[in-house]
Amino acid sequence: MKTRILGAVALLAVAAASVNALFIVPADLNQGEAQRIMYVHVPSAWLAYLSFGVTALAGIGYLWKRDLRLDHVALSAAEIGVMFTAFAIWGGMMWGQPVWGVFWQWEDPRLTTTALLLALYVGYLLFRRLTDDPHRRAARAAVVGLVAAVDIPIVHFSVEWWRGLHQGPTIGSPDRILNPAAPMQFVTALLAVLGAFTVAWAWLMIRRYQLAAAEARLEDAARRTRVAAARRATVAAARAEEATR
Amino acid sequence: MSDALPFVVAGWGVILGGLALYAVTLLRRLAAARRAAGDEPAPHEDRG
Repeated sequence: MKTRILGAVALLAVAAASVNALFIVPADLNQGEAQRIMYVHVPSAWLAYLSFGVTALAGIGYLWKRDLRLDHVALSAAEIGVMFTAFAIWGGMMWGQPVWGVFWQWEDPRLTTTALLLALYVGYLLFRRLTDDPHRRAARAAVVGLVAAVDIPIVHFSVEWWRGLHQGPTIGSPDRILNPAAPMQFVTALLAVLGAFTVAWAWLMIRRYQLAAAEARLEDAARRTRVAAARRATVAAARAEEATR
Repeated sequence: MSDALPFVVAGWGVILGGLALYAVTLLRRLAAARRAAGDEPAPHEDRG
Protein backbone atom coordinates (compact mmCIF):
# COMPACT_ATOMS: atom_id res chain seq x y z
CA MET A 1 0.00 0.00 0.00
CA LYS A 2 2.82 2.40 0.90
CA THR A 3 4.48 1.85 -2.48
CA ARG A 4 1.20 2.59 -4.25
CA ILE A 5 0.87 5.85 -2.32
CA LEU A 6 4.47 6.70 -3.22
CA GLY A 7 3.65 5.98 -6.89
CA ALA A 8 0.61 8.28 -6.77
CA VAL A 9 2.66 11.02 -5.06
CA ALA A 10 5.40 10.65 -7.70
CA LEU A 11 2.88 10.89 -10.54
CA LEU A 12 1.25 14.02 -9.11
CA ALA A 13 4.61 15.63 -8.27
CA VAL A 14 6.04 15.00 -11.76
CA ALA A 15 2.85 16.34 -13.38
CA ALA A 16 2.77 19.49 -11.21
CA ALA A 17 6.50 20.22 -11.54
CA SER A 18 6.34 19.67 -15.32
CA VAL A 19 3.38 22.04 -15.76
CA ASN A 20 5.23 24.66 -13.69
CA ALA A 21 8.47 24.29 -15.68
CA LEU A 22 6.76 24.23 -19.08
CA PHE A 23 3.94 26.78 -18.71
CA ILE A 24 4.29 28.91 -15.57
CA VAL A 25 7.98 29.84 -15.23
CA PRO A 26 8.87 32.58 -17.75
CA ALA A 27 11.19 31.80 -20.66
CA ASP A 28 14.87 32.71 -20.31
CA LEU A 29 15.82 36.16 -21.66
CA ASN A 30 18.79 34.88 -23.69
CA GLN A 31 17.92 31.29 -24.63
CA GLY A 32 14.14 31.69 -24.86
CA GLU A 33 12.01 28.53 -24.76
CA ALA A 34 15.03 26.25 -25.34
CA GLN A 35 16.14 26.78 -21.72
CA ARG A 36 13.04 24.89 -20.51
CA ILE A 37 14.82 21.66 -21.45
CA MET A 38 17.22 22.33 -18.57
CA TYR A 39 14.42 21.49 -16.10
CA VAL A 40 14.33 17.91 -17.32
CA HIS A 41 17.95 17.51 -18.50
CA VAL A 42 19.60 18.33 -15.16
CA PRO A 43 17.36 16.05 -13.01
CA SER A 44 17.95 13.19 -15.46
CA ALA A 45 21.72 13.63 -15.11
CA TRP A 46 21.43 13.85 -11.29
CA LEU A 47 19.43 10.61 -11.15
CA ALA A 48 21.95 8.89 -13.42
CA TYR A 49 24.72 9.82 -10.93
CA LEU A 50 22.55 8.73 -7.98
CA SER A 51 21.67 5.40 -9.61
CA PHE A 52 25.23 4.47 -10.49
CA GLY A 53 26.40 5.59 -7.04
CA VAL A 54 23.84 3.21 -5.53
CA THR A 55 25.03 0.43 -7.87
CA ALA A 56 28.61 0.94 -6.66
CA LEU A 57 27.65 1.09 -2.96
CA ALA A 58 25.37 -1.97 -3.24
CA GLY A 59 28.23 -3.77 -5.01
CA ILE A 60 30.59 -2.98 -2.13
CA GLY A 61 27.86 -4.14 0.25
CA TYR A 62 27.51 -7.42 -1.63
CA LEU A 63 31.26 -8.08 -1.63
CA TRP A 64 31.27 -7.49 2.12
CA LYS A 65 28.05 -9.27 3.20
CA ARG A 66 27.49 -11.72 0.27
CA ASP A 67 23.77 -10.92 0.47
CA LEU A 68 22.02 -11.31 -2.90
CA ARG A 69 19.44 -8.66 -1.95
CA LEU A 70 22.23 -6.09 -2.32
CA ASP A 71 22.91 -7.43 -5.81
CA HIS A 72 19.21 -6.92 -6.62
CA VAL A 73 19.59 -3.29 -5.50
CA ALA A 74 22.70 -2.88 -7.69
CA LEU A 75 20.93 -4.33 -10.73
CA SER A 76 17.82 -2.19 -10.20
CA ALA A 77 19.84 1.02 -9.86
CA ALA A 78 21.97 0.20 -12.93
CA GLU A 79 18.96 -0.41 -15.18
CA ILE A 80 17.21 2.76 -14.00
CA GLY A 81 20.49 4.68 -14.27
CA VAL A 82 20.91 3.63 -17.90
CA MET A 83 17.44 5.00 -18.62
CA PHE A 84 18.18 8.35 -16.93
CA THR A 85 21.57 8.63 -18.66
CA ALA A 86 19.83 8.14 -22.01
CA PHE A 87 17.29 10.81 -20.97
CA ALA A 88 20.09 13.22 -19.99
CA ILE A 89 21.83 12.70 -23.33
CA TRP A 90 18.58 13.10 -25.26
CA GLY A 91 17.61 16.25 -23.34
CA GLY A 92 21.11 17.64 -23.85
CA MET A 93 20.92 17.04 -27.59
CA MET A 94 17.51 18.73 -27.84
CA TRP A 95 18.89 21.69 -25.87
CA GLY A 96 22.18 21.76 -27.78
CA GLN A 97 20.77 22.10 -31.28
CA PRO A 98 18.88 25.41 -30.77
CA VAL A 99 21.55 26.88 -28.43
CA TRP A 100 24.89 25.57 -29.80
CA GLY A 101 23.75 24.81 -33.35
CA VAL A 102 24.74 21.13 -33.05
CA PHE A 103 23.11 18.09 -31.48
CA TRP A 104 26.42 16.52 -30.52
CA GLN A 105 30.15 17.22 -30.53
CA TRP A 106 32.61 14.44 -29.78
CA GLU A 107 35.32 16.96 -28.83
CA ASP A 108 33.27 18.05 -25.80
CA PRO A 109 34.52 16.21 -22.68
CA ARG A 110 31.14 16.26 -20.85
CA LEU A 111 29.31 14.78 -23.83
CA THR A 112 31.93 12.15 -24.55
CA THR A 113 32.38 11.02 -20.94
CA THR A 114 28.57 10.80 -20.56
CA ALA A 115 28.36 8.63 -23.70
CA LEU A 116 31.09 6.47 -22.14
CA LEU A 117 29.05 6.28 -18.90
CA LEU A 118 26.05 4.98 -20.86
CA ALA A 119 28.21 2.42 -22.68
CA LEU A 120 29.81 1.27 -19.39
CA TYR A 121 26.47 0.56 -17.69
CA VAL A 122 24.86 -1.03 -20.76
CA GLY A 123 27.97 -3.23 -20.67
CA TYR A 124 27.37 -3.86 -16.95
CA LEU A 125 23.83 -5.09 -17.69
CA LEU A 126 25.06 -7.30 -20.55
CA PHE A 127 27.95 -8.62 -18.44
CA ARG A 128 25.46 -9.86 -15.84
CA ARG A 129 24.02 -12.25 -18.42
CA LEU A 130 27.30 -14.13 -18.84
CA THR A 131 26.78 -16.47 -15.89
CA ASP A 132 23.79 -18.28 -14.33
CA ASP A 133 25.37 -18.65 -10.89
CA PRO A 134 23.82 -15.82 -8.81
CA HIS A 135 26.74 -15.37 -6.39
CA ARG A 136 29.41 -15.49 -9.11
CA ARG A 137 27.35 -13.02 -11.16
CA ALA A 138 26.86 -10.70 -8.18
CA ALA A 139 30.57 -10.68 -7.29
CA ARG A 140 31.74 -10.05 -10.86
CA ALA A 141 29.05 -7.40 -11.41
CA ALA A 142 30.06 -5.65 -8.16
CA VAL A 143 33.63 -5.31 -9.44
CA VAL A 144 32.46 -4.06 -12.87
CA GLY A 145 30.06 -1.63 -11.15
CA LEU A 146 32.90 -0.25 -9.04
CA VAL A 147 35.23 0.18 -12.03
CA ALA A 148 32.47 1.87 -14.06
CA ALA A 149 31.72 4.26 -11.17
CA VAL A 150 35.15 5.87 -11.70
CA ASP A 151 33.55 7.66 -14.68
CA ILE A 152 30.92 9.43 -12.49
CA PRO A 153 33.27 12.11 -11.02
CA ILE A 154 35.02 12.38 -14.40
CA VAL A 155 31.65 13.24 -16.04
CA HIS A 156 30.77 15.69 -13.29
CA PHE A 157 34.08 17.54 -13.15
CA SER A 158 34.82 17.32 -16.89
CA VAL A 159 33.35 20.82 -17.37
CA GLU A 160 35.82 22.20 -14.83
CA TRP A 161 38.87 20.16 -15.86
CA TRP A 162 38.64 20.66 -19.64
CA ARG A 163 37.26 23.22 -22.05
CA GLY A 164 34.25 22.35 -24.18
CA LEU A 165 30.85 23.47 -25.41
CA HIS A 166 29.07 22.41 -22.24
CA GLN A 167 28.41 24.99 -19.52
CA GLY A 168 29.74 24.68 -15.96
CA PRO A 169 27.91 22.66 -13.30
CA THR A 170 24.33 23.80 -12.66
CA ILE A 171 24.37 22.37 -9.14
CA GLY A 172 27.92 21.92 -7.99
CA SER A 173 28.15 23.20 -4.45
CA PRO A 174 25.85 24.43 -1.64
CA ASP A 175 27.07 27.96 -2.35
CA ARG A 176 25.74 27.78 -5.92
CA ILE A 177 22.32 26.68 -4.62
CA LEU A 178 22.15 29.44 -2.00
CA ASN A 179 23.55 32.12 -4.32
CA PRO A 180 22.47 31.03 -7.79
CA ALA A 181 23.38 32.94 -10.93
CA ALA A 182 19.87 32.30 -12.32
CA PRO A 183 16.65 33.96 -11.02
CA MET A 184 15.15 32.24 -7.96
CA GLN A 185 12.01 31.29 -9.92
CA PHE A 186 14.18 29.24 -12.32
CA VAL A 187 16.04 27.60 -9.44
CA THR A 188 12.84 26.61 -7.57
CA ALA A 189 11.33 25.21 -10.80
CA LEU A 190 14.48 23.15 -11.34
CA LEU A 191 14.51 21.94 -7.72
CA ALA A 192 10.79 21.04 -7.99
CA VAL A 193 11.38 18.82 -11.05
CA LEU A 194 14.49 17.41 -9.39
CA GLY A 195 12.49 16.52 -6.25
CA ALA A 196 9.56 15.08 -8.23
CA PHE A 197 11.88 12.95 -10.40
CA THR A 198 13.71 11.75 -7.29
CA VAL A 199 10.41 10.56 -5.75
CA ALA A 200 9.61 8.80 -9.06
CA TRP A 201 13.11 7.26 -8.97
CA ALA A 202 12.47 5.91 -5.45
CA TRP A 203 9.21 4.31 -6.59
CA LEU A 204 10.90 2.79 -9.68
CA MET A 205 13.72 1.46 -7.48
CA ILE A 206 11.26 -0.30 -5.15
CA ARG A 207 9.32 -1.88 -8.03
CA ARG A 208 12.50 -2.89 -9.91
CA TYR A 209 13.88 -4.44 -6.72
CA GLN A 210 10.65 -6.43 -6.29
CA LEU A 211 11.00 -7.62 -9.89
CA ALA A 212 14.64 -8.64 -9.34
CA ALA A 213 13.62 -10.58 -6.21
CA ALA A 214 10.76 -12.36 -8.05
CA GLU A 215 13.07 -13.23 -10.97
CA ALA A 216 15.65 -14.58 -8.53
CA ARG A 217 13.02 -16.89 -7.01
CA LEU A 218 12.09 -18.11 -10.50
CA GLU A 219 15.75 -18.65 -11.40
CA ASP A 220 16.28 -20.59 -8.17
CA ALA A 221 13.22 -22.77 -8.81
CA ALA A 222 14.40 -23.49 -12.38
CA ARG A 223 17.87 -24.42 -11.10
CA ARG A 224 16.41 -26.81 -8.49
CA THR A 225 14.27 -28.45 -11.20
CA ARG A 226 17.35 -28.87 -13.42
CA VAL A 227 19.38 -30.39 -10.57
CA ALA A 228 16.54 -32.75 -9.62
CA ALA A 229 16.13 -33.85 -13.26
CA ALA A 230 19.89 -34.45 -13.56
CA ARG A 231 19.86 -36.53 -10.36
CA ARG A 232 16.93 -38.59 -11.60
CA ALA A 233 18.71 -39.17 -14.92
CA THR A 234 21.90 -40.25 -13.10
CA VAL A 235 19.99 -42.68 -10.88
CA ALA A 236 18.10 -44.08 -13.89
CA ALA A 237 21.36 -44.55 -15.80
CA ALA A 238 22.97 -46.28 -12.81
CA ARG A 239 19.98 -48.61 -12.47
CA ALA A 240 20.01 -49.39 -16.18
CA GLU A 241 23.73 -50.19 -15.99
CA GLU A 242 23.06 -52.39 -12.93
CA ALA A 243 20.33 -54.25 -14.79
CA THR A 244 22.55 -55.01 -17.77
CA ARG A 245 25.24 -56.63 -15.56
CA MET B 1 6.19 30.67 -32.26
CA SER B 2 9.69 30.07 -30.96
CA ASP B 3 12.09 28.13 -33.24
CA ALA B 4 13.12 26.07 -30.22
CA LEU B 5 9.60 24.84 -29.46
CA PRO B 6 9.90 21.54 -31.43
CA PHE B 7 13.08 20.76 -29.48
CA VAL B 8 11.38 21.53 -26.16
CA VAL B 9 8.44 19.28 -27.10
CA ALA B 10 10.77 16.51 -28.31
CA GLY B 11 13.03 16.81 -25.24
CA TRP B 12 10.25 16.75 -22.67
CA GLY B 13 8.02 14.39 -24.66
CA VAL B 14 10.58 11.63 -25.04
CA ILE B 15 11.69 11.87 -21.40
CA LEU B 16 8.19 11.94 -19.83
CA GLY B 17 6.92 9.38 -22.35
CA GLY B 18 9.93 7.15 -21.76
CA LEU B 19 9.49 7.39 -18.01
CA ALA B 20 5.79 6.43 -18.27
CA LEU B 21 6.55 3.57 -20.69
CA TYR B 22 9.29 2.20 -18.42
CA ALA B 23 6.96 2.38 -15.37
CA VAL B 24 4.13 0.55 -17.17
CA THR B 25 6.52 -2.09 -18.58
CA LEU B 26 8.06 -2.56 -15.13
CA LEU B 27 4.64 -3.17 -13.53
CA ARG B 28 3.75 -5.68 -16.27
CA ARG B 29 7.08 -7.51 -15.90
CA LEU B 30 6.58 -7.60 -12.12
CA ALA B 31 3.05 -8.99 -12.42
CA ALA B 32 4.24 -11.64 -14.94
CA ALA B 33 7.20 -12.67 -12.75
CA ARG B 34 5.00 -12.93 -9.66
CA ARG B 35 2.44 -15.00 -11.60
CA ALA B 36 5.19 -17.31 -12.88
CA ALA B 37 6.66 -17.65 -9.38
CA GLY B 38 3.19 -18.59 -8.14
CA ASP B 39 3.00 -15.77 -5.68
CA GLU B 40 0.53 -13.57 -7.53
CA PRO B 41 -1.59 -11.92 -4.83
CA ALA B 42 -5.31 -12.52 -4.70
CA PRO B 43 -7.37 -9.52 -5.87
CA HIS B 44 -8.21 -8.55 -2.27
CA GLU B 45 -4.59 -8.83 -1.16
CA ASP B 46 -2.33 -5.78 -1.37
CA ARG B 47 1.37 -6.32 -1.95
CA GLY B 48 2.20 -2.60 -2.22
